[in-house]
This record gives sequence, structure tokens and C-alpha cells, in this order.
Amino acid sequence: MTTYEPPAAIAFQQAWAGLRHRPGRQALTALGVALGTAFVTNVLALRLKGGPPEETDRLTWLGATSLLMCIVGVANSMLMSVAERFREIGTIKCLGATNAFVVRTFLFEAAMVGGTGSLVGGLLGVLAAALGGGISPAIALTAFGTGLAIGIVLTVLAALAPAAQAARMPAAAALRIEV
Amino acid sequence: MEAVVRTFEVEKRYGEGEASVRAVDGITCEIFSGEYISIMGPSGSGKSTLFNLIGGLDKPSGGSVFINSVDIAQLNAKELAYLRCHTIGYIFQTFNLITVRTALENVSLPMLFAGTPPEEADHKAMELLDTVGLGHRYHHRPSELSGGQQQRVAIARSLANSPNIVLADEPTGNLDLKTGQEIIELLRHLNQEKGVTVVSATHDMKMLAVSDRIFHIRDGKLAQIQARDEVNLDQLPGESVIE
Repeated sequence: MTTYEPPAAIAFQQAWAGLRHRPGRQALTALGVALGTAFVTNVLALRLKGGPPEETDRLTWLGATSLLMCIVGVANSMLMSVAERFREIGTIKCLGATNAFVVRTFLFEAAMVGGTGSLVGGLLGVLAAALGGGISPAIALTAFGTGLAIGIVLTVLAALAPAAQAARMPAAAALRIEV
Repeated sequence: MEAVVRTFEVEKRYGEGEASVRAVDGITCEIFSGEYISIMGPSGSGKSTLFNLIGGLDKPSGGSVFINSVDIAQLNAKELAYLRCHTIGYIFQTFNLITVRTALENVSLPMLFAGTPPEEADHKAMELLDTVGLGHRYHHRPSELSGGQQQRVAIARSLANSPNIVLADEPTGNLDLKTGQEIIELLRHLNQEKGVTVVSATHDMKMLAVSDRIFHIRDGKLAQIQARDEVNLDQLPGESVIE
């Protein structure tokens, strides 16, 4: 028995169509990512700026908490976004999509949504920190870059787990699920 | 005649041990090339489960299902995807079009999964949409189409890769009587013109009038197989067949 794997471009087209025709839902997901990333970036910038020891200690704790919140927020957004499309996944598998195609589509989508959200969030976070003064360009850039990376990596990872699980489900089971 | 689908003592159990339910309890049947088969049974009879097993959408708990002489239990995920792509076309009660894509894209997608070059896929998708009478609405998305039109797109999509078998799960269940009748006629027409084997789970009496054979399912078992000439259309319960 032969097999065939369609080129990644077809998965990208599918992800792009999903972005174009579900703008509200995707904007909401991006906003969730942006908020989490903004918080992390902001605290990171303030922490890098330095200050009295109690202050930096407090910021370290705040940074850890914000990262945790960011993880929960992003994971939740992506989980919802995959879960509400189980039936679509089942259908597309009936049409002959491989599991890899399903996972790729969600990865492309997550990268685009996560990229946009993290970009906006990173900028907001640095901007908010800079308003208080004392943020050098080097600090701003480091905080922004770190925030951006955290946002994108988290989004993609958060989408990967549910997407892989959904892709492996028998098509009949994916079709049955009502969210 | 050549059997496109053959099941042998196929079983599907849900749950474990004492609490397990046999949704399909040892069904042996054969479906031949070019036939129009209806699977009848009350809800909960195991009709949909049998349908999923025949379509390679679910793995049997026991027994075997052969599609074109291939035992589907022996296939890995990627080979199953290839089988679904090339050999089987699916039609659903709820149409299940991809909401974010146009009618044309919905029909061409399975061809892209099969490796057909995009221009060729679009061209053939257009032809299929013409066949089901929707060529003029190719650029519309599902939300812009009526239920009957969506089901026509779904029928065109099911034929995308010229499958041996088209599986239709209650294709008229969400449609009004007249539209349902049109969909049945379209399926029968495609069955006769293109020689596609149609297997349809239904409790629509109108469906029986066009079926070659009817499989009656009761409590997970194949209770009776009726050939068309054995069906007394006047005595069927429910709505009348001839209007």
C-alpha cells in the first residue's frame, strides 16, 4: 500500500484561509498571547534596569509569576482554538489528510497568531517600562527579544500538544465530539 | 461480481468489561461494485457504527473489514489516509464543508491531498460542481449556500478523487422533503452514470425506493437483507414513498 504526503504549502494555505475567515476568533487568541507577552516583557525590562536589592528581588518573583500567567493564558487560548475544531479535523481526515497535515496546519496558524500577538505584546511591554524612564536601548532590545521568543515558542508548543492529539484520534471519534 | 467492501464477523465494542456495549455484534456482509445499498435501522441500532467501520473511520474491536480486498486493520495511519483519499468519498448528514474555504476549494482539497497539480484540481473541481448544478456558485463559502446547495458541494467533493465507494451518512437528514428528494436523485444518477458504489445509512423511506439492496440492522446485528424487488413500498411504515 502506497502513501503520499502533500507539500507543506497546502497546509499553509489551509492555515491562511483559517486566519482570513475567522478574524475575530484569531484576534482574540492573539490578544491573549499579547497580554501575556506584554506582562513578561515589561517585568523583564524593569528587572534588567536594576535598582535596590529588595526591588530586584520583588521583580524576580513578579517575573516568575508573569511567566506562569503567560503560559496558562497562551495554553488556554490555543487549547480552545484547537478544541472547537475537532469536527473540522475529523472531516479533513475523511478527505484524505494525513495526521502530519493536520498538525502542520495548526503549527502554521499558531506561528502566525503567536508571532503577531508576541510582537504587539513585546512592544507594549517595553513601551510601558520605558515610560518610567531609565531603560537603555540595549535593555529594551533584550527584553523585547526575550519576550517575543517566549511568546512564539509558548504559542507553538501550546498548539502542538492538542493538535497532535486531535490528529491521532480516529476520524470517527473526532467527528463525534461536540464542543 | 467483485466485492468492494466485505466484512467478516466484524465487531465494535465501547467501554471495558461488564460495562462494555457491543454496538456492532458480528456482522458479515458483502457490497459489490456499482451497487446502491441502504443501511436501515432505528437510532442506537449500530447503523452509524457499521458505517464508520466500512468507511475506515474507526477500527473494529474484532473481526475484519476488507476494502478492495485490503484488510483495513493492517493499515497504518498514513496508509489509511491514502485509502480514504483515493478509494472512499464521504457525505455527512451535517454536510461538514470546510467553513473557511469556498465551494471550489472544498472540492479541490481532496485532490491536493492526492497530489494532483493545483490547476488540474481546480479544473476538475469546476467540472464536478457543474455536474451537481452549482458551477455558478463556485466562489461562495458554505455560509453563503443553502443546505441543499451545501450537500451538493459535499457530493461533488466526495467524487473528487473518483472513489470506488461513496459513503453517505443520512445525507437527507437535515434537508426538507423536496431538497432531500433531489439529493437522492442526484446520488442515484451518479451511481448509474459513473458506476460509483453508494452505501448510505438512512431512515428516509424515499431512499429505499432507489436502493438495490437494503441492510436492516437491529441491536448490532444484520437482521435482514432485502433486495429491491422484495421491498413492498406500500407497506413501509412512516411517510409515503410515492407522492
